[in-house]
Amino acid sequence: MKVTEKDVAYVADLANLELTQDERRLLLRDLNSILDYVDRLSQLDTTDVPPMAQVSDRYGVDQSRTGSARFAYASREDILEGLRKSLPHEVALQNAPDTDGTFFKVPKVIER
Amino acid sequence: MDLNALTIEAARAAVQSRRTTATSLAEAFYAKIEKTDPEIGAYLTLSKDRALEQAARMDSLAAKGEELPPLGGVPIGIKDVMVTRGVRTTAGSKILGNYIPPYDCTAVARLEAAGAVVLGKLNCDEFAMGSSNENSAWRPVHNPRDLSRVPGGSSGGSAAAVAADMALAALGSDTGGSIRQPASFCGVVGLMPTYGRVSRYGLIAFASSLDRIGPLTKTVRDAAIVLRAIAGRDPMDATSAEVPVPDYVAEMEKPVRELKLGVAKEYFGEGLDSEVRKSVEAAIQRLAGSGCEIVPVSLPHTEYAIPTYYIVATAEASSNLARFDGVRYGYRARDARTLSEMYRRSRDHGFGAEVKRRIMLGTYALSAGYYDAYYLKAQRVRTLLVRDFEEAFKTVDAILTPTSPTAAFKLGEKVDDPLSMYLADIFTVTADLAGIPGISVPCGETKENLPVGLQILGKHFDEATILRVAHAYEQAA
Repeated sequence: MKVTEKDVAYVADLANLELTQDERRLLLRDLNSILDYVDRLSQLDTTDVPPMAQVSDRYGVDQSRTGSARFAYASREDILEGLRKSLPHEVALQNAPDTDGTFFKVPKVIER
Repeated sequence: MDLNALTIEAARAAVQSRRTTATSLAEAFYAKIEKTDPEIGAYLTLSKDRALEQAARMDSLAAKGEELPPLGGVPIGIKDVMVTRGVRTTAGSKILGNYIPPYDCTAVARLEAAGAVVLGKLNCDEFAMGSSNENSAWRPVHNPRDLSRVPGGSSGGSAAAVAADMALAALGSDTGGSIRQPASFCGVVGLMPTYGRVSRYGLIAFASSLDRIGPLTKTVRDAAIVLRAIAGRDPMDATSAEVPVPDYVAEMEKPVRELKLGVAKEYFGEGLDSEVRKSVEAAIQRLAGSGCEIVPVSLPHTEYAIPTYYIVATAEASSNLARFDGVRYGYRARDARTLSEMYRRSRDHGFGAEVKRRIMLGTYALSAGYYDAYYLKAQRVRTLLVRDFEEAFKTVDAILTPTSPTAAFKLGEKVDDPLSMYLADIFTVTADLAGIPGISVPCGETKENLPVGLQILGKHFDEATILRVAHAYEQAA
């Protein structure tokens, strides 16, 4: 087993999840079974293969240019109210679980 | 005239010529939804006011004798991962159970600008994570062909609604096969456009380097019409490409004679159901009969696509879903005493099991010590998968494969085994990783009358060719 109970607890912490004992037990089983399957990637020698984060710099862009210049069409002036007006204050707060009318309200930030 | 069974052009023409009205059309679909949907479960929210207002607008245009836009009066459904102003949007998740978006997804806005009538929001796997629609936090969707079976996922509600005449067309989203696989399971057409072809502004993000929006329709022509309406650069989405949008219907009608169509042996190996194989091979023969040249090709890294996908997609998801914290919108746990406790409990109670599994897998793959072994490795293999297609497309115009290794499976059959569920995407994830377009078109049925899908994959920004092949097949079949 690659993933241990300790790893599950550590990763849950990174991911801002609490998880019940039952959930941790099932995740331990599932993560190990999935990662066992993923291990077949190590059969491939990828020493000289560059990683690809996304495909959009290869297609549909100006191939004669390099780097971010390929996306020149997507740049714009950095101005207030650029593409659309910002949401009015009250609209931005409409879906909030708790507000004081001006700000989002949350439980106290400082622990212990 | 059966109002529920029309194509886009027929519906628009009927409204234009006043043989019916957009209002009666919308009402006919709502009547059908009321009658049929209790046993299917395709809709999560209906947007009747918005629909009838838009229908009245189209009717008044028609009454004045003005020309309707291309989708004038056409009733459509929207997968619940696309935000709709004033209409509840949940992404199939409890964490967004009461979310009323303050803005519209570009694809939805473009369809409405083209005259479409938005009937409501369609059920899906939570945050589009799933292959059976059983991960919806609200209810599963049943396949209209056989209620004991899944409709596929994650756009299961979209596929089922179109198959059961509860929407003339629908929008879905595809990250690992979520448009094409349910289209195949429900016997409808499903098109995933090229990465960058359709704006994702307002699509609730799952995996940003993969997510796409596309149509599910009854005919290939309808898919071409919807794509034309939603495609093209949108300044609100920096990943939408500045590539001209062709007239897909005109392109689709060009003859297929002498097109070279690739068949890759890697898609016909172990695990492919024998009846699916038979249907797909018959479809390939039919296209050969229409004058296409069938050419063997090889996509040697296909077997590595699923493990690559489940690292890349979950890593991106773990990052995208970090925004759900119970502060600005969505569910908040009420019992927390500190901010950190509130984040954790809101996410714990708000997310379902599969979403947590993927967040955990993605976070693990990105964590210190494992990043190189998993995430970076998967990105390198992604390059190999892209090169496979680039090589194949040097000799062929499109590639033919089965959409899914099996027809629709039973509800509950795979829920306890995440890995077997992931393998349902084995023939679809490759196109997501490579950024190429793909379409699933119905190609016969199994002995149990379950639909089978033929998948046609194309070059980047060449939706025209796959629509053309799909249309030719549909006409010949």
